[in-house]
Amino acid sequence: MDLEIAWTVATKDLSIIRKKKSIFYAVIILPLIMSIGLPAIVWVVEQRGTIPDAILIGLLNAFSFFFVIMASLSSIGISSYSIVGEKVEKSLEPLLATPATDGEILFGKGLAAFIPTIVATYVSVTIFMILTDILTYAQLGYSYYPNLTIALVLFLVTPLAIILSNELNVLVSARVNDVRTASQLGAIMGIPFFVIYILAEIGLISLDIATFLAISAILLAADIALFYLSRTTFRREQILTRWK
Amino acid sequence: MIDAENLTKKFDNLTAVDNLTLHVKEGEVFGLLGPNGAGKTTTIRMLCCLISKTGGEARIDDYEIGNVADQQKIRSIIGLLPENVGLYDALSAYKNLDFYGRMYKVKEEQRKERIEHFLKMLGLWERRDASVGTFSKGMKQKLAIARTLIHDPKVLFLDEPTANLDPEASRTVRDFILDLKKEKRTIFLNTHNLDEAERICDRVGILKTRLVAVDKPEKLRESLWGIKTEIQLDAVNDAIVAAVKRLGPWKIEIAGNKLIIGVSEPEKENPDIVDAIGKAGGRIHFVTQVSPTLEDVYLKLVRS
Ligand SMILES: Nc1ncnc2c1ncn2[C@@H]1O[C@H](COP(=O)(O)OP(=O)(O)OP(=O)(O)O)[C@@H](O)[C@H]1O
Ligand SMILES: [Mg+2]
Repeated sequence: MDLEIAWTVATKDLSIIRKKKSIFYAVIILPLIMSIGLPAIVWVVEQRGTIPDAILIGLLNAFSFFFVIMASLSSIGISSYSIVGEKVEKSLEPLLATPATDGEILFGKGLAAFIPTIVATYVSVTIFMILTDILTYAQLGYSYYPNLTIALVLFLVTPLAIILSNELNVLVSARVNDVRTASQLGAIMGIPFFVIYILAEIGLISLDIATFLAISAILLAADIALFYLSRTTFRREQILTRWK
Repeated sequence: MIDAENLTKKFDNLTAVDNLTLHVKEGEVFGLLGPNGAGKTTTIRMLCCLISKTGGEARIDDYEIGNVADQQKIRSIIGLLPENVGLYDALSAYKNLDFYGRMYKVKEEQRKERIEHFLKMLGLWERRDASVGTFSKGMKQKLAIARTLIHDPKVLFLDEPTANLDPEASRTVRDFILDLKKEKRTIFLNTHNLDEAERICDRVGILKTRLVAVDKPEKLRESLWGIKTEIQLDAVNDAIVAAVKRLGPWKIEIAGNKLIIGVSEPEKENPDIVDAIGKAGGRIHFVTQVSPTLEDVYLKLVRS
């Protein structure tokens, strides 16, 4: 694996994505809404009178999980574009004629989807944490964020979820011929996370450190399995000749 | 430089290329002609290691097609201009070339130098920072040709390099290919343009799933048709025809005021023919040598 080549592919994709306004905004808008919207909910709740500390903390933990869902959904736009977009522009043929390997191309495309998503997530989470701390300090008597749970979410669960989302998208993208279908199929990725969230809401599981570690372990296993799957199913010849 | 032995490609039960045997020497410009669906693009794709072969063998330089270890090497010494240019519309002309330069690991300085050289040569330097989406078809085609050269490949595969170009742009591209030929690069091109094939190719092959013929363009023409002398007269009459017939057992056609004679050695026979016609009272306007066009040969081979 030549990282320089992968990085070349990534920077190329990033500069195209920057020009494709719809994809670019899809990556920033959702995080932006959440970084302001979630603290706004906290504010509304606080205005209505004091709620028990335990419930407030439960709410805040659930919010941090929202960022995982958001990150895995907002990277879909980019990763769908990265293979299907090349098919549509018919630019895959000259690209595959270069000495770059499948692994280098796929890794580069993964980076192109990962970087903007993780940056947008970190920025929006930072805004969210500052606003939330300001709003809850009076009641809790301490700054709730940053804490170990959100650190786990940010540095473990979210990156693993974005990677999984990308891999799924590459698998899907190699098999469909338009960007929209790829995005819609990619959105299936959000479902397991919603299920986890609902399970937490109805009290079957609690979104604590142990749960996040378990989710991370499952994500990591899925990431590894899908990496091999997408590499073995990335058949140049079929991708090239089936687009007609 | 390019050697194929019984190279075959089947798509399910459709045979696209059937037992193609072909040898292209270093520095040669080879043109593959053939009707739509003849397997030209399929041949190029196999030689560029983009699709697998079903049978036979092929080598580029000393590397073998279908051998996983050699594929990388082959890809690094060849340049491909595909049927669809496949440029990135959102990126500038310069960035498109720069990206490919990086993919082939061309050093930064050399990359800059070559990009400037090619863009200037093809008249695109002024538009280097404009996004390719705003380019005309011809400009894109030229840019894509520059892209195939960015890593200074030994062997070039050009799939219909002048398709969709206006006569002037085709001319630019053709001259460009002739310049490349002077640099001793091996060039393999597909084309539907017979005139172009004749002007730039050292040898041409006519493909119709199988390779029907392969030779120098002029040899192909002669072998199929022979040589003819065409004489334009004031008027053709029986006495003139009879006078010519007395000279040799040639096939003579009469077309209006023209006599078309299937000679065998024009240098020796033409003076006698002219003499005989003069003596029989004919007044000659022109004497020309006619040979079939490559198009005639092509159509004959492709239809049979
Ligand atoms: N991926 C594919 N799957 C099935 N059949 C294919 C595929 N690619 C090409 N073919 C078939 O192989 C044959 C040769 O196609 P090819 O594209 O090589 O022709 P060509 O000589 O390049 O034609 P053209 O002059 O139109 O470009 C055609 O019959 C085509 O339908
Ligand atoms: Mg073709």
